[in-house]
Amino acid sequence: MELSFRFATRPTNSYQMTIDDSIRKVLKDHANLSVDALTVAEDADLYKNGMTSQTGVNVMLALEGAFDFEFPDTMLNRSVFQTIANIRAAVQKLTEKN
Amino acid sequence: MTAHDPYDPKEFYDNLVKHKLVLPGTTPGIFGRGAEFEKVLLGFNNLVSRIASDDSAELMLFPPCVDRKLIEKVGYMKSFPHLAGTVFSFCGHDAQHRDLLGRIQDGKPWADLLEMSDISLTPAVCYPVYGNLTGTLPEKGRLVDLTGWVYRHEPSPEPTRMVSFRMREFVRAADADTVIEWRNTWKERGLQLLLELGLPAKLDTASDAFFGRGGKMLAANQRDQQLKFEVLVPVISAENPTAVCSFNYHQDHFGKTFDIKAANGEVAQTACMAFGLERMTMAMFKTHGFVTAQWPESVKKLLWP
Repeated sequence: MELSFRFATRPTNSYQMTIDDSIRKVLKDHANLSVDALTVAEDADLYKNGMTSQTGVNVMLALEGAFDFEFPDTMLNRSVFQTIANIRAAVQKLTEKN
Repeated sequence: MTAHDPYDPKEFYDNLVKHKLVLPGTTPGIFGRGAEFEKVLLGFNNLVSRIASDDSAELMLFPPCVDRKLIEKVGYMKSFPHLAGTVFSFCGHDAQHRDLLGRIQDGKPWADLLEMSDISLTPAVCYPVYGNLTGTLPEKGRLVDLTGWVYRHEPSPEPTRMVSFRMREFVRAADADTVIEWRNTWKERGLQLLLELGLPAKLDTASDAFFGRGGKMLAANQRDQQLKFEVLVPVISAENPTAVCSFNYHQDHFGKTFDIKAANGEVAQTACMAFGLERMTMAMFKTHGFVTAQWPESVKKLLWP
């Protein structure tokens, strides 16, 4: 409860925060993490925190829906989805093109 | 004039038929096996038994169909929905039966008169094993020995891609170190065995034919983590040799799904290794020729001591 309250009152005016919030929301809904997706460190290995190959696929598809892009085949690998920081870098790369 | 392709799949199939090794079928991916083909296949399977005789594997035998819920439980429909075979059967009464026969007579579709059954065709011989391992494993883990028919819905005129074929498989369940060591031992043993049989075999990392875009990610994961290896032999292509043997490390997937614990109390890890018996047999005919009497003496001695 307390965590979601903190999340709700975060400043959301910066571009970076919006991306991070969306990524964390996708992780919370799809990654099946053993830790709280809203507070897990951005460099924490998501695969070591409960995400499996299968839930990783669900995360990938949900990110495509949330950001309205498609990951190219070259980015469909483990390291791109390993940490929040890596996911953010991929999202930024793909949204900058548009 | 085009150069003759020594690996032409149609020519290879036609030769298998000509030498009565394969009894041609009427739909792609399904054909019979002749006596000489079976002699080689069984000779090889018996050779595997001799090589593994000191491993003390427990023999288990399952029919070529499973509870459909098992296919759902192991996640097969997530990864391989395009390869699954689910049994649908007629459960209607006389009126529907007349309708069914009328439609067959007229060559019209009749799938809507069938109902989905609780049965799926077995896609890999190891799936029925894991439910039998639930609980805490003994100190050294368990090793299971299996031979059986499997189904993959990928009809193809190319003879090495069959809809239904046999696998000789071993499944290891234990702690991570034990399972990886076992897998590594078989990797060497499997390759060595094929080389002794005179096959130009080589080992490579591999990935499964997972479905869809998510499947591309699963395949990349599998390669990154080196979870799958195959022994390859050129049969219908020099550039893309055929996998005749594979080694799969499942980590804790089946341990978690079926509540299997290693003796140390942790979730058990599992791995399996399998020979595709028909593909192995075809690789032998491709390499040594279609007449077994003309095969090298050393090979014949191994197969039929």
